[in-house]
Amino acid sequence: MKPFNYSRAADDKAAVTSARGQGARYLGGGTNLIDLMKHEIEQPDALVDVSRLPHEAIEETGDGVRIGAAVTNSALAGDPIIRERYPLLSTALLSGATMQLRNRATTGGNFLQRTRCQYFYDTQRACNKREPGSGCDAVGGLNRFHAILGASEQCIAVHPSDMAVAMVALGAHVETALGEGSGRTLPADALHRLPGDTPHIDHQLRHGELITHVVLPKAAEHQLYRKVRDRSSYAFAVVSIGVAFDLLEGNFMNVRIALGGVAHKPWRAARAEEILEGKAPSPELFAKAADAELAEARGYGHNDFKIPLMRRLIIASFGEMTAKQENAA
Amino acid sequence: MSEHPKGLIGQPLDRVEGPLKVTGQATYAADWRGDEPHLIGFIVESPAAKGTITALDTKEAEAAPGVELVLTHLNTPKQIPFGERNDDGNFAQSHAMMRTDHVRYVGYPVALVVARTLEEARHAASLVRFEIKADGDAIFDPVANEKLAEKPDALDGAEEVDTDTGDFDAAWAGASHTVEAEFHTSGQHAAAMEPHATVAEWDGDRLTVHMAIQILSDARKGFANTFDIDPESVRIVSPYIGGGFGSKLGIHNEAILAALAAKVTGQPVRVNQHRRNVFSNGPHRSRHRQRLKVGADDHGNIVAIHHDSLAAMSRDYPFAEAPASPTRGSYATKAMHTQHRVVEADIPKVDAMRAPGEAIGTLTFEAIIDELAHECGVDPVEFRLRNEPEKDPNSGKPFSDRKMRRCLLEGAERFGWNGPASRREGDWLIGHGMAAAIRPNMMMKAEAAMELAPDGRLVVRLDMTDIGTGTYTILTQIAAEAMGIAPDKVTVELGDTDFPETCGSGGSFGAGSTGTAVLDAAENLKADLLSRAAKADRDWKGVNSKALRITDDMLSLDERSLPISALDDGKAISAKGSASPGKAHENMAQYSYGAQFAEVAVDAVTGEIRLRRLTGVFDAGRILNEKTARSQLMGGMVFGIGAALMEESLMDDRYGAFMNRDLAEYHIPVNRDVPRLDIHMIEGFDANSNPLGSKGIGELGICGAGPAIANAIFAATGVRVRKFPIHMEDLMEKLPPR
Repeated sequence: MKPFNYSRAADDKAAVTSARGQGARYLGGGTNLIDLMKHEIEQPDALVDVSRLPHEAIEETGDGVRIGAAVTNSALAGDPIIRERYPLLSTALLSGATMQLRNRATTGGNFLQRTRCQYFYDTQRACNKREPGSGCDAVGGLNRFHAILGASEQCIAVHPSDMAVAMVALGAHVETALGEGSGRTLPADALHRLPGDTPHIDHQLRHGELITHVVLPKAAEHQLYRKVRDRSSYAFAVVSIGVAFDLLEGNFMNVRIALGGVAHKPWRAARAEEILEGKAPSPELFAKAADAELAEARGYGHNDFKIPLMRRLIIASFGEMTAKQENAA
Repeated sequence: MSEHPKGLIGQPLDRVEGPLKVTGQATYAADWRGDEPHLIGFIVESPAAKGTITALDTKEAEAAPGVELVLTHLNTPKQIPFGERNDDGNFAQSHAMMRTDHVRYVGYPVALVVARTLEEARHAASLVRFEIKADGDAIFDPVANEKLAEKPDALDGAEEVDTDTGDFDAAWAGASHTVEAEFHTSGQHAAAMEPHATVAEWDGDRLTVHMAIQILSDARKGFANTFDIDPESVRIVSPYIGGGFGSKLGIHNEAILAALAAKVTGQPVRVNQHRRNVFSNGPHRSRHRQRLKVGADDHGNIVAIHHDSLAAMSRDYPFAEAPASPTRGSYATKAMHTQHRVVEADIPKVDAMRAPGEAIGTLTFEAIIDELAHECGVDPVEFRLRNEPEKDPNSGKPFSDRKMRRCLLEGAERFGWNGPASRREGDWLIGHGMAAAIRPNMMMKAEAAMELAPDGRLVVRLDMTDIGTGTYTILTQIAAEAMGIAPDKVTVELGDTDFPETCGSGGSFGAGSTGTAVLDAAENLKADLLSRAAKADRDWKGVNSKALRITDDMLSLDERSLPISALDDGKAISAKGSASPGKAHENMAQYSYGAQFAEVAVDAVTGEIRLRRLTGVFDAGRILNEKTARSQLMGGMVFGIGAALMEESLMDDRYGAFMNRDLAEYHIPVNRDVPRLDIHMIEGFDANSNPLGSKGIGELGICGAGPAIANAIFAATGVRVRKFPIHMEDLMEKLPPR
């Protein structure tokens, strides 16, 4: 571990000022960053601890909810409002990591956790994300966990978060502080980026920009989060899906789909949403939506199975959600 | 069957060292703090396999804060070359590190940075600059390099490398039903909860190490052979061990590095392997390819068995696992051929991992036996009963106590076995499967010492280890029952080469072998006590030692009593005992047995596999402690679940590098993957095994668990997967339509 400076921010403004320095990083729960620092995958010069900033509330805002960035994953998953109105989010959070990790991990930090690509974690191997220009050993290597959508030859890593997939499916927005009292609001599905030629940049935040809150809009009537994994707990998603929609006179409305474990970011399945929107549910429609979304999917060998797996998961998830609806009616 | 005494032995006594462990007072190797402050070493790993260090710059690291030494091949003290003196076996051979500029495998230490704190050492380790020129001819994958395969000189835990009984070709040609398949099992790492750790200290030519090790006597020779010193001048202390599973049978890289650094600095040095180190600086189970052919006649009687194995052997470290060994004792057959081959590879040490041979051998063999039963149209339980051998099919020796039939029948009863049944629950495909379990029962040499103090406290000493198995507790029970003393007056001291030498923990032989030595010491001590008592008081002449009791500071027997202090002028009285395998271990085929029954659910959409139920019925002779024995079986069954569905050391064969070097990526079952395990032990007493009547239990639970799961997956889905672990993608697209 490289020696670093540590400071604890008094407020957002001070945090942003401190974090603007060269090589500074924010420290939330530290569940990912500290591990990465121990193995010198991350080598920040300074840590600005934001875990004690007063962003620990979950407040109702009209139809929606505003969540402080320092709220832990455990607290968020267990919150009565979240459990009742946003079960997609609660389920996603509880499917991630372990209780010990969820007790430390924060809402803001969860968005910004880094890939679990084994080549990113091994400083002895080539990784453009860890060391730009060094190459990508995952292409042509062990890539069972890697991307099938939106990847580049520079990087086929996937974003590991369950929570972020849920936030995208729920249409969340992220509020940030940029210092001097300014800040901005970003849709959660615009927070992360695809790797392209700069896979070392995971997201759209500027240097020193701090996530302070996450805002959820009015909850969809129908929600589902389903995670496919190799063991039943403490495993990253092989693939996952978050689905939210309303039904108006039996037709889909406000359909939002996010896919996990398939891309460098939580993958908004916009093509599938478009096909479903306004239509009546049917297995044929679900298959058409899945096929459209995966039309440009490609595997890298070990992960080829993710393409049919994701197709089956999309179809089955909508089948399950609409079957429930039929039963209820 | 001989009657066995009912008493303390067998009772579910709580672990005697439990309070120390749960209150953090048990000193594991890395917890050891001597009088002198010690330095911390951190390993710098090689990114390349088999090559030469062509450039090395340690200046920046040496100048970093807190750094006391950067140890490299340029400044290591004298060592015997790695692999020499291997007549003593792989654990005792020289384990020399960084002796030359040669790098043996990916992860091999290029340097050890020694500093005052872990943080300083770790940071300075990143400042060591070096270049390695790879030789370019490194071998990693045994299957891709099969042309280099050789017959190993010896096989782990088995007498013969290859066997031939009957005429296989004729029997195979004459079989009515045949199945032939090639199986692949993945590499595995034991990855014990406690990573390898050593604190080493020299006093002149005397070396003292506090480390986590299963067999002290071999390790002692290992240090002696590495440093060319007398084994007597090496002291090893290892009282508590956070799991071994074979990975701590021998000494590993951190131990030699700590000793080298301690020699150079003249101070104690501690080296802990971190989790990622463990995957390359510790041992692993090789990936294997096994080819199996089994044939049966019209009546469902097995007539032909072929089982061959191909694995990697780490260069200059002779170890060959024996997957076909359990096959040799499993079923009656007209003909059988078994064979083991290895390819020397430039990879980290390949060594024993829990149930070497059986863990992956029964995994494949019991899966293909299930296929054969299916081909014959015979229920898998009935098929196994029908093919139970009368004598050992390979050696022709009679079996010692073999309760396989009872295991099969009682297991079927407990589980509610009704054939390889399958059903559908919504999107879940449910199936039942079963498999038999077999594991050689071994006995080794061991010695023990006992000392009875005048105040009535009994101390038992031997260099045996407790790797979490319950050794402290069962030896307490054995000593207490044999001496007629309350268990809380007994102190068992383990894990110190100053104590009498034993076989240590391994091969499921520890409890029986060392328990017998303790029993023998107790008999000798009783004889001595009674002879002294008879001298002090003629009433004690010719009494029956079985009725002897020790209560507080008094010796008593029926109406008689004497103060212990009267026996030898107030001095403590000591005795020694020993154990060695008797003729019955030569003349008989000795095994522990079991049968396991699994219910699995497979998600019809994704192919995800979840275990719902697992029942295991076991014959391990007399149970020494119902609680710790059950825990051993339970842990073994969990290992079996992992072998079937999860454990997989992934090597990038372009580099020879293990890539999933932490427990987030190297999957073992977590609590949620393990349903309530139904474990039943058949009461027994195998007098041919040892005087206690016990048989090996530590590795038995693994055997049969994995193939029962694989066979249940077949019942659920109709898919035979011939690679382990089984993943969702092996099933997904072959699943029946929804």
